[in-house]
Amino acid sequence: MSLVLNEEQRLLRDSANSFLHDSAPVAALRKLRDEADPLGYTPELWRQMAEMGWASIILPEAYGGMDFGFIGLGVVLEESGRTLSASPLFATAVIGASALVLAGSEQQKETILPAIGAGELTLALALEETHHHRPNQISTTATPQDDGYLINGSKCFVLDGHSADKLIVVARTSGEHDDTHGISLFILDRDAAGIQVQRTIMADSRNAANITFDNVKVDADALLGACDEGWATLEPLLDRGRVAIAAEMMGYALECFERTSDYLKEREQFGALIGSFQALQHRAAHMQAELELSRSVIMEALTAVDESPEQLPQMASLAKANLNELVKLVTNEAVQMHGGIGVTDELEIGFFLKRARVAMQIFGDTGFHKDRYATLNGY
Amino acid sequence: MTAPVRSDILEDLDQFRSDVRSWLEQNCPESQRQPMTPDQQYWGGRRGSFPSDDARLWFERMRDRGWIAPEWPEAYGGGGLSPQQAKIVAEEMKGINARKPLLGLGLWMLGPALLEYGNEEQKQQHLRAIVNGELRWCQGYSEPGSGSDLASLQCKAEDMGDHFLVNGSKIWTTKADECDWIFCLVRTDPDAKKQKGISFLLIDMDDPGISTSPIELISGESEFCQTFFDNVKVPKENLVGELNKGWSVAKALLVHERKLMSEIGSDSPRQILTPNEAARQYLEFKDGKIADAELRGRITDYDMRMQAVALTHFRTFEEKINKVRSPAPLIMKYVGTEAEKTKSELLLAILGSRGVGWEGEGFTEAELDTTRLWAMSYAMTIAGGTSEVQLNVVAKNVLELPQHKES
Ligand SMILES: Cc1cc2nc3c(=O)[nH]c(=O)nc-3n(C[C@H](O)[C@H](O)[C@H](O)COP(=O)(O)OP(=O)(O)OC[C@H]3O[C@@H](n4cnc5c(N)ncnc54)[C@H](O)[C@@H]3O)c2cc1C
Repeated sequence: MSLVLNEEQRLLRDSANSFLHDSAPVAALRKLRDEADPLGYTPELWRQMAEMGWASIILPEAYGGMDFGFIGLGVVLEESGRTLSASPLFATAVIGASALVLAGSEQQKETILPAIGAGELTLALALEETHHHRPNQISTTATPQDDGYLINGSKCFVLDGHSADKLIVVARTSGEHDDTHGISLFILDRDAAGIQVQRTIMADSRNAANITFDNVKVDADALLGACDEGWATLEPLLDRGRVAIAAEMMGYALECFERTSDYLKEREQFGALIGSFQALQHRAAHMQAELELSRSVIMEALTAVDESPEQLPQMASLAKANLNELVKLVTNEAVQMHGGIGVTDELEIGFFLKRARVAMQIFGDTGFHKDRYATLNGY
Repeated sequence: MTAPVRSDILEDLDQFRSDVRSWLEQNCPESQRQPMTPDQQYWGGRRGSFPSDDARLWFERMRDRGWIAPEWPEAYGGGGLSPQQAKIVAEEMKGINARKPLLGLGLWMLGPALLEYGNEEQKQQHLRAIVNGELRWCQGYSEPGSGSDLASLQCKAEDMGDHFLVNGSKIWTTKADECDWIFCLVRTDPDAKKQKGISFLLIDMDDPGISTSPIELISGESEFCQTFFDNVKVPKENLVGELNKGWSVAKALLVHERKLMSEIGSDSPRQILTPNEAARQYLEFKDGKIADAELRGRITDYDMRMQAVALTHFRTFEEKINKVRSPAPLIMKYVGTEAEKTKSELLLAILGSRGVGWEGEGFTEAELDTTRLWAMSYAMTIAGGTSEVQLNVVAKNVLELPQHKES
């Protein structure tokens, strides 16, 4: 185990940083928002990211991947969090790719993974059914019919749901509403007959959608993993997603914090730099302390994905809960410490604030993860 | 991908770990493998005595092995181990709950400072004596008028040619009445500005002119004293570092003190319940969960925080051996001691009225200890530099925020 980046990882971080700074800064997100871009990201950017290997960063070499592991992925995500770069990185390269790596048949892997790695195929996970993350409470049904299944139900908060080429749908093949047994995963084309996608415009100007499934017919080979046993895939999949989004959130926190402490050294009031006021110094120093703790948590959680899967559930919940609270603290303080300019749309801090609130809802809020952590610890 | 530490080194460390494990297995007496109550601790010194024969045996074996101070050079009674090896020794000791054979400020704070700033005679004179438990040290930094603003201290040492003459008083001197020597900050140049006129002196508490008077704490213990110096003669050779440059020594020593305090929660020599364990004894469970949702949430917050703190200790260690610069060590005293206070408050809440007993028959030892430790926990965010001072340090040295001229 290591909580320090090695040489290769540091180089990756530096190159990601300069690329994103040039090609996808916060201004690019603003532009997508202001122009009401129908796709919500720039295909050219994704093509370049794929060219640099980011779409295949966690894919095994056997499928043309970089096999750089989650620490490598975390480095890139954190940098993309600093610039709030909109791209299919999370939904496709993390979630879609992990789902196939975890549960795909040989044939599914061979056809889909190289396409993901090449940046030619995008995916979205259709999981949530209510306004709180409750991954075992699945009402969407997949009923056996002929040689395949018939899918009915509706999903919300599907990240990249309106833009992805394929959907991974979490559906119930047996059991009660909240049983973990009886959940199955299916992979199908987003434009299959019976699917209706409604893009939802979120506070963070990023991509999400509501999707309904009305008698959608899929073949038996659309099943991803074993029938009824989807939970065994979903849980580790979500844990990877939680750790990955937490790494991205670390990027928001760092960027916001650095911009704020720069402002403290530049803005004058009462004939002094505001950073000389102890009331602000202590709050800034406290944030530094929180950032240090979160840094350790993130490093350990990313390491757990690759090296100690038995610790992943607890580490993922720790990481997501910890980063939820960190970005809430840092974005709130960032706005307050900027004063009036902090609440303007012109200042980019507002973009971080809004993105943080959406990210806090992705794959579990703090309450969800505290409850899970306590349960995992036997209380 | 390649890890920062090379694999051949890792293999050597694996071998080392198994050697340590079997040595401890053979040498650590059974009775020394459980948490200590205060009266089972050994602090050494002229007046110190071993709490039991096993404690003596364990101490002597560790001393002979060099593991009282694993990282100090062998020439001074240490083990000559690398930081990685020393960490392994600590981990393996923790693994079997082995007690620390010797406690004390000499071992934790003065020794490391002497290794850095002391001259050869001073190292020879004091380091082995510390490791052998011969002398017990206390710390003479704070004064009635100088706490957080330590550099304003007034206790003075005049140069009398062949010795210094020390006059003044120190306060909050932990266990001064049980210690043999004191390391002291004294003013040697009254005209220089604050930090510039301070020197670091080692003083034998048996010297004429020194007296102590204990101060009782809210915990009921009498942890510390006011220490008075009335025309105390101190030999010139007891000056550590250069004259008027004691502030550097003082700061280096504070780094050790704060590191120690930051680990207080994860590495306490005393026997204390964790909130998680206490919950099982004192709280109602329903369907495998603590029924009181508010307390369950607070316990979770605490456990999550302590896991983050433990991981950060681990990270700072890795950063140190990989020579990566990081602000993490500077936040740990603040974070660790605040967490300790949170824990104490939480334990009281979990124990309910059993957590607020003070003495006598109505309560178990562990319950009374919990109450006392709660009262003691307030000291942690004050001693060694208050939380506010820690935040000032981070604001100044890490964030490089603009300073008012006084701070
Ligand atoms: C249990 C215990 C053991 C101790 N052992 C020893 C020992 O062995 N040897 C020794 O020398 N000393 C010892 N001390 C003393 C300790 O170092 C001091 O108490 C500490 O440095 C604070 O100084 P003070 O008590 O004078 O408080 P003050 O400095 O008077 O502080 C009072 C309050 O003002 C705040 N404050 C002060 N300055 C600032 C500032 N610049 N910005 C913001 N807030 C500020 C403080 O944070 C605190 O809340 C011990 C203390 C305790 C509690």
